[in-house]
Amino acid sequence: MSDRQSAVAVDQTDERLRQTRGVRGALGSFLRSARAGDVGPLPVIIGLLIIGTIFQSLNPIFLSSRNLVDISMDSVAVGVISLGIVCVLLVGEIDLSVGSVSGFSGAIVAVLFIRHDWNWILATLVALGVACAIGLLYGVLLTQFGMPSFVSSLSGLLAFLGLQLAILGDQGSINLPFDSKLVSFAQLDFVPPWLSYVLAALAALALFAGGYDNMSRRRRANLSSSSPQALVVRSVALLVGLELVVWYLNQGRGVGWMVVFFVALVVLFHYAFTRTGWGRSVMAVGGNVEAARRSGINVRNIYFSVFALCSLMAAVGGILAASRLASANLSSGTGDVNLNAIAAAVIGGTSLFGGRGSAFSAILGVLVIESIASGLTLLNLNSSYRFVITGLVLAIAVAIDSLARKSRASHGRA
Amino acid sequence: MLSLRGISKTFGAVNALTDVDLDVEAGEVVAIVGDNGAGKSTLVKVLAGVHAADSGTIAFDSAEVQIHDPSAAIHLGIATVFQDLALCENLSVVDNLFLGRALGPWRLDQVGMEVKSWELLQQLAAKIPTVRVPVATLSGGQRQTVAIARSLLGEPRVIILDEPTAALGVAQTAEVLDLIERLRGRNLGVIMISHNMENVRAVADRIVVLRLGRNNGEFDARTVSSEALVASITGATDNVVTRRTGRLSAEADSSKDTLARRDEETK
Repeated sequence: MSDRQSAVAVDQTDERLRQTRGVRGALGSFLRSARAGDVGPLPVIIGLLIIGTIFQSLNPIFLSSRNLVDISMDSVAVGVISLGIVCVLLVGEIDLSVGSVSGFSGAIVAVLFIRHDWNWILATLVALGVACAIGLLYGVLLTQFGMPSFVSSLSGLLAFLGLQLAILGDQGSINLPFDSKLVSFAQLDFVPPWLSYVLAALAALALFAGGYDNMSRRRRANLSSSSPQALVVRSVALLVGLELVVWYLNQGRGVGWMVVFFVALVVLFHYAFTRTGWGRSVMAVGGNVEAARRSGINVRNIYFSVFALCSLMAAVGGILAASRLASANLSSGTGDVNLNAIAAAVIGGTSLFGGRGSAFSAILGVLVIESIASGLTLLNLNSSYRFVITGLVLAIAVAIDSLARKSRASHGRA
Repeated sequence: MLSLRGISKTFGAVNALTDVDLDVEAGEVVAIVGDNGAGKSTLVKVLAGVHAADSGTIAFDSAEVQIHDPSAAIHLGIATVFQDLALCENLSVVDNLFLGRALGPWRLDQVGMEVKSWELLQQLAAKIPTVRVPVATLSGGQRQTVAIARSLLGEPRVIILDEPTAALGVAQTAEVLDLIERLRGRNLGVIMISHNMENVRAVADRIVVLRLGRNNGEFDARTVSSEALVASITGATDNVVTRRTGRLSAEADSSKDTLARRDEETK
C-alpha cells in the first residue's frame, strides 16, 4: 500500500496483490507474464528479426525499401484472408476452404466485370454476398447438422474450386484491365508521403487518447490505472516506430492504399474482438461453449457470424489477389494460399485451441510468411525450399503455442 | 411464484425425472435433496433451460411459460449457479460476471463493469485479489463465489444454487448461507440443492426429497428429524444410515463388553 495515495483504489485493496507503479513496474509485470508463458506477440517479433538478419546478410537487397514495399503489398491479400481465419480459430473452429472461396470470388468479379460488363462495385458486392452465403452454410452445417467445420470446409474446398473452374470456362483466365479501379488500387495507388506521416501520427495519437480516456475514467471510478508515464512512453514508441517505417517505405514507392486498408481492417477487428459484446461472446464460445450457452449467449449466431466473416474476408482477399495479379485464372487461390492464411494466423499467435488470439496476429504472421517467400525468391531458390521453410516455421509456432499453454497452466494464467 | 407440475425427462432408456412437482414462493428457500442420481441436477437444468422437459408444465407468476433455452430462463428472472459453475476460464472475472449481458455492446463499458463487479464481490465478502485476471488463476472457492455473484447480477426473482457450498471453506460456507438468507430477505425465491443436511436444515424453509426421479416427500425444515429425511432419501427406514446410528448407540450401551461387540461386528 502506498503512503502517498490517501485512498487506496478499490481494486488494490487486497494485501496479497503485487503493486506495480510507473514505467519500471509496467516493464516488470510484462517480463513476469512473459516468463509465465503469456508471451503474446514476442516470439513472432523475435522471429521476424531473425528472418530479417539472415536474409539481409545473404542478400543486401532484402531490407531495401523497394523490397519492403513489395513485401507489404504482397502481404495484403493473404493477410486479409488470415484475418478471417483468426475469427474462426477464436471460436475453436477452422475453415479450410478460404483458398477456394478467395479464388471463386476473384473469378466471380472477373466474369461479371469483364465478360458481362458490370460495374466493378456491383460485381464485388455480388462476390461478397456469395461468400457470406457460403460462410452461413458452414454455420448451418455445424449448428444444425453437427458437422465439424473441418469436414464441411474440406468439402467446400473441393466444391468451390470446381465452381471457380466452371465459371471461368474454357479460356481459364480473365485479365483485368490496368486502368480499372481494382487493379490500380492493388498495384499503383500509394498514399502521398505527407498523408502517410499524418496517418502514422494519428494512429499514435489515437492510442494516447484512448489510453488517456481509459485512465481518467478509471481514476474517477477509484480504480487503479496504468501510470501516465507508461502511456506516454508507449505512445511515443508507437509514433517513432510508425514514422520510421513510413519514412523508410517512402524511400521506395511508399505506403500502398491497399496496405492502409489492411491495417485499418485489422484495427477494426481488434476493436470488435476486444471492445464489443460480440467479441466477448466469441472469446467465451472459444473458451467454454457450454458456459457461453448457459449464460444466455446465442451460440448459434456467434458461429454464423464468424463463419460468414471468415468467408467474407476470404472473398475480399481473393478479389485483392486477382487485382494484384490483374487476372483471375484457374490457379487463383489454389496451392499454398489456404495453408499460408491459416499458418499466418497461427504463427502470429492465435491459438488453434480457441479462445486466445488477436487480430494483429494476422499482420505479424503474414509478414513472416511473405518475408520468407521474398527472401528465398531473392536468393533464386525455388518454391520447394519455401514450402519446407514455411512448414518448419509453422511447426515452431505451434510448438511455442503449446509450450506457452502448458507454462500458463502451471503458472495459473489461463 | 414458480410452480412445476408433472415434469418428466428421459435420457435414452433412463427416466431421469418422472412426474415431479415443485413449488417456490417469493421469500422462500426450498432445498432439494436426494441421493446421487435422484434427478436433482436434471431438474435444475430443466429450470435453467439447458434441457427441455419431455412433458409437464412450468408456471411463473401463475402464467404458463416455456423455457426452451438458457436466455429464456434468464429473461424470466431465473438465475442458476451450476454445479460445474459454467465459467469461461480464458476470460477475466469481470468478463465472466457480465457474460452474455456486457454493458454497452458496441463499446464495452469496462470501467462500469469493473466497478459493479467490485461492489458485488464486496457484498459477498469475496476474497478475490483482482478481477482482471483470467478465471483459470482462481481457486475452487473463488470460482464458486464468482459464479454466485454472476447469478445475482441480472436482478433475478428465482435463484437456483446447485451444490453451492460443496467447494467452500468454513467461512465461505457461512457467507453463502448468510447470503441465501439475505436473498430470502430480498423476497427472492431460492432453490438450493445440497448433500449437506446440516446446511439444508440451517437455511431452508421447506425440504423436497427426490428419489429415483420422483417426488418422495416434502418436509418442514424446522421440524423434520434427520432420521425421517434420510429415510425419505434412501427410501427405507432400515438403511445403511439407520443401521450405523443404531450400531453406534448400541456400542455406547455395551461399551463394557468390547469383546462381545467385536464378535457382533464380524458377523
